[in-house]
Amino acid sequence: MLATAVLIAMVMVILALVLNIWRVIIGPDVTDRILALDTLYINSIALLVLLGIHMASAHYFEAALLIAMMGFIGTSALCKYLLRGDIIE
Amino acid sequence: MTLLLIILIPLLGTLLAPAAAVRGRMGAAVMAGALTATALALLFTLAPRVFGGETIVVSWAWMADLGLYFSLRLDGLGLLFALLILGIGLLVILYAAYYLSPKDSMPKFFSYMMLFMGAMLGVVLSENLILLLMFWELTSLSSFLLVSYWRHRADARQGARMALAVTGGGGLCLLAGILLLGEIVGSYELSVVLVSAELIQSHDLYTPALILILLGAFTKSAQFPFHFWLPHAMAAPTPVSAYLHSATMVKAGVFLLARLHPALAGSDLWFYLVTGAGLTTLVFAAYVALFKHDLKGLLAYSTISHLGLITLLFGFGTPLAAVAGVFHIINHATFKASLFMAAGIIDHEAGTRDMRRLNGLFKYMPYTALLAMVAAASMAGVPLLNGFLSKEMFFVETLHLQRFGDWAWLIPVLATVAGIFAVGYSLRFIHDVFFNGEPKDLPQIPHEPPRWMKVPVEILVVLCLLVGMLPAFTVGPLLATAAGGVLQAPLPEYSLAIWHGFNTALMMSIIALIGGGLFYLLRHKLFDLHGRLLPNEFGAKQIFDILVKAVVDLSRAITRLLENGSLQRYMALLVGSAIVVGVYAALQHGAMSFDMSASSMPVNAVSVTASIALIVAALATVLFHRHRLPTLLMLGVVGLFVSLAFVYFSAPDLALTQLSVEVVTIILLLLALHFLPQESQPESSSARRLRDALLAGTAGLGIAALTWAILTAPFETLSGYYLEQSVPGGGGKNVVNVILVDFRGFDTFGEITVLAIAAIGIHALLYNLFVNPNPAGPHGWATSRPPLLLSVICRPLLPLALLVALYLMLRGHNAPGGGFIAGLVAGVALVMQYLASGLDWTNARMKIDYFKVIAAGLAIALATGVASWFFAHPFMTTTFTHVHWPVVGEFEVASAMVFDLGVFLTVVGITMLILAELGKLSGAVKQGGGR
Repeated sequence: MLATAVLIAMVMVILALVLNIWRVIIGPDVTDRILALDTLYINSIALLVLLGIHMASAHYFEAALLIAMMGFIGTSALCKYLLRGDIIE
Repeated sequence: MTLLLIILIPLLGTLLAPAAAVRGRMGAAVMAGALTATALALLFTLAPRVFGGETIVVSWAWMADLGLYFSLRLDGLGLLFALLILGIGLLVILYAAYYLSPKDSMPKFFSYMMLFMGAMLGVVLSENLILLLMFWELTSLSSFLLVSYWRHRADARQGARMALAVTGGGGLCLLAGILLLGEIVGSYELSVVLVSAELIQSHDLYTPALILILLGAFTKSAQFPFHFWLPHAMAAPTPVSAYLHSATMVKAGVFLLARLHPALAGSDLWFYLVTGAGLTTLVFAAYVALFKHDLKGLLAYSTISHLGLITLLFGFGTPLAAVAGVFHIINHATFKASLFMAAGIIDHEAGTRDMRRLNGLFKYMPYTALLAMVAAASMAGVPLLNGFLSKEMFFVETLHLQRFGDWAWLIPVLATVAGIFAVGYSLRFIHDVFFNGEPKDLPQIPHEPPRWMKVPVEILVVLCLLVGMLPAFTVGPLLATAAGGVLQAPLPEYSLAIWHGFNTALMMSIIALIGGGLFYLLRHKLFDLHGRLLPNEFGAKQIFDILVKAVVDLSRAITRLLENGSLQRYMALLVGSAIVVGVYAALQHGAMSFDMSASSMPVNAVSVTASIALIVAALATVLFHRHRLPTLLMLGVVGLFVSLAFVYFSAPDLALTQLSVEVVTIILLLLALHFLPQESQPESSSARRLRDALLAGTAGLGIAALTWAILTAPFETLSGYYLEQSVPGGGGKNVVNVILVDFRGFDTFGEITVLAIAAIGIHALLYNLFVNPNPAGPHGWATSRPPLLLSVICRPLLPLALLVALYLMLRGHNAPGGGFIAGLVAGVALVMQYLASGLDWTNARMKIDYFKVIAAGLAIALATGVASWFFAHPFMTTTFTHVHWPVVGEFEVASAMVFDLGVFLTVVGITMLILAELGKLSGAVKQGGGR
């Protein structure tokens, strides 16, 4: 039962990923693209966790953890750039 | 051990002499003198054993696999040269202490001097030929420093450069020759080489090896046609000329001839090459010396001529000739060093070295004049002086030579001619300088020099007289021991008496003396004739300059062709040549096989979708590349999918690294974007873009094909070995990390060192740099306060992130992680504070000197490597053990984890240094205003 649910969830997350990429490409504004990239990070976390459940392995979890932290920092740096043009001031 | 100290003590003086200079101007000289005297005393303790016929050899393995041993040897020849180097060195130090003017730097001079002395001792005391070559090169380098000592003078700089180019080039030839010799014999140890004469001379490689070794010796000893550097090196201070250019360094070439005499001499090739060079040099340089008006120029050409004489003697290849050669080495060193010192005194006191202006100095400095006259008479070969004795032996040898057949008379005739020239220029040295009327407009009134400046000259001149009159008692034993060291065989019969009866050699001497006198009397007519026939100096320097210019022009042309400042061109050349080489290799070794039958991973929807996403994102990056911020976003997408691919294909370490690198890249590029235009305009023509697209496309397809071929071809990798050895050999279950810090730890150490160097380079480039940042966009920038929410979230994030980093590092040996990833995570977490709270706030709370962090990291990594020496293991051997702690349980502790800590610290330091430095750049701009 769980296995089927995980598979269905994975398909949906992958669809979401594809749509995120589409949004990064078409924009139209830079803010849209940053938001899309951030969502891409979140969806990859979801995908990795689902894969971990699917394969019953803990290694995926750590990659997901690191994406969560690094993705956040990347997004905040991009936003800071939009605000000030200079991220360390 | 004493032998090692004899070399090390002068080398140590390179540092100690300048250090002693803090105790006053003479400090450096006193220290240099004391060290030289110590080394000399040590040499004397070993001398009795050598006189007893023993050859002292000590050896330490250095790189034994390559035949390189740190092995030293003291036999008769080495003893003679070491005595000359240290003895004359001591006199020169005393002389130089009074010669150098208050404007000249004493510490610098004596530091270079001691470096040269140590290097020269190394040359003459080496047992291993490669070791000898290293010291040989060191003498070239230190002589470069000494010749260019007065570096404000253009002639000193040019002379030094020329000397380095010629002797350094000769050193390269010598290296090649020694390698060939080692190839023939199978060992670089002299003890083996010297007894392998038959093997060497019958080998096919004998001819090239001999020619290359002779090139090294001839360039060093200024033999024709490489003689021209020596007169130009006379721009050096006179103590340097007295030491390097008469007694020691130029003798290194003839030392090499003497050293390898038992192994190389005797063949026809040796005979013709060495006597040819020696004879030409002897006659030619003696002739040129006649027409030099500069005192030191005359002495320089005279030195070249005498070196030619010694070379000629070694070229004969007979035992007696070798004895004569060694004898002349001793005699020439004594009289020529004293003559150089006398010339230095004259220059010092009279202010010029031009013999057309220096006349009648006998009145002003009778004592110095007397000393110089004795030495010059010895140079001319006047009886009762040492120069006469070795010259007689030389004349005798020329008479006994049968090898030239019908032309055998030629050598004694030419030798007599050279003798006439030698008497001529010696007479000129004496008469023009000390007599011949009154001095002409000298800058100052000459007078006797300080007492101590004359002492070295006195000692050397007394030696000339003693050896000249009582040869058997004074120099006899040393000569016998040294000649024995050259021949490595029983000595031939020879007598050191002054009077051998009225024979042909004496006739030749008498002819030379009378002829030289006549020559001098007729000198004005000869000067005119010489001036008419050869109006310009002989063109060796011009040829050298033309050659140097040609080489420089050629390299400039190549540089212009390859490195014209266009990054596009570099990329095109790099990628283009990679394609050419790749295609060539594929064609050469048969077409690549694309075997589809090999088992591959099953394809599923997730991997297909991810691959398509990766391709689309990569294409979009290319399409967006004129809009920089969107490109950076697309790059983020690409990086994320690459990381996901690593996770999917079970490479968690790579994935973690890639994710961290991704964020650091984004931050780095955002920092740079602050100073770069937001949009870039097309600059290349469409033809050029087409070319680039073709190049890039071909290269991409090539890499894809290559990857495909490798993945589908059956082959064995090293992975199996590492997988098996990881736990028993490295004590860790994470193979990637064990390879990084244990199996290939030395590579990793090299990599972090390079990273540290790169970081310091970036710091140096950005230091004090002012760049104008971008103007605000149409909406302007937000107010400057850091966003409150961001800083509130980021502050608690820091300890959590550091904890993650610590966790990743500690478990790295057994599970995905390690120092590199941990360092990146910690670095990013720290940079985040700058980002969220601003530079000022963070700097006030985080006063870390990142250079120290990098240094500490490298030091720890190095220390773990060195530590294994103390347990008698090779560099970077690791060890591990199992520890049981309560609560935590049993776990492994590996010394490689300490190494990993070093990696961690280095990476943190580097990340912070680069990012913080770039961040400060904008701060500097704001404070610096519109600069």
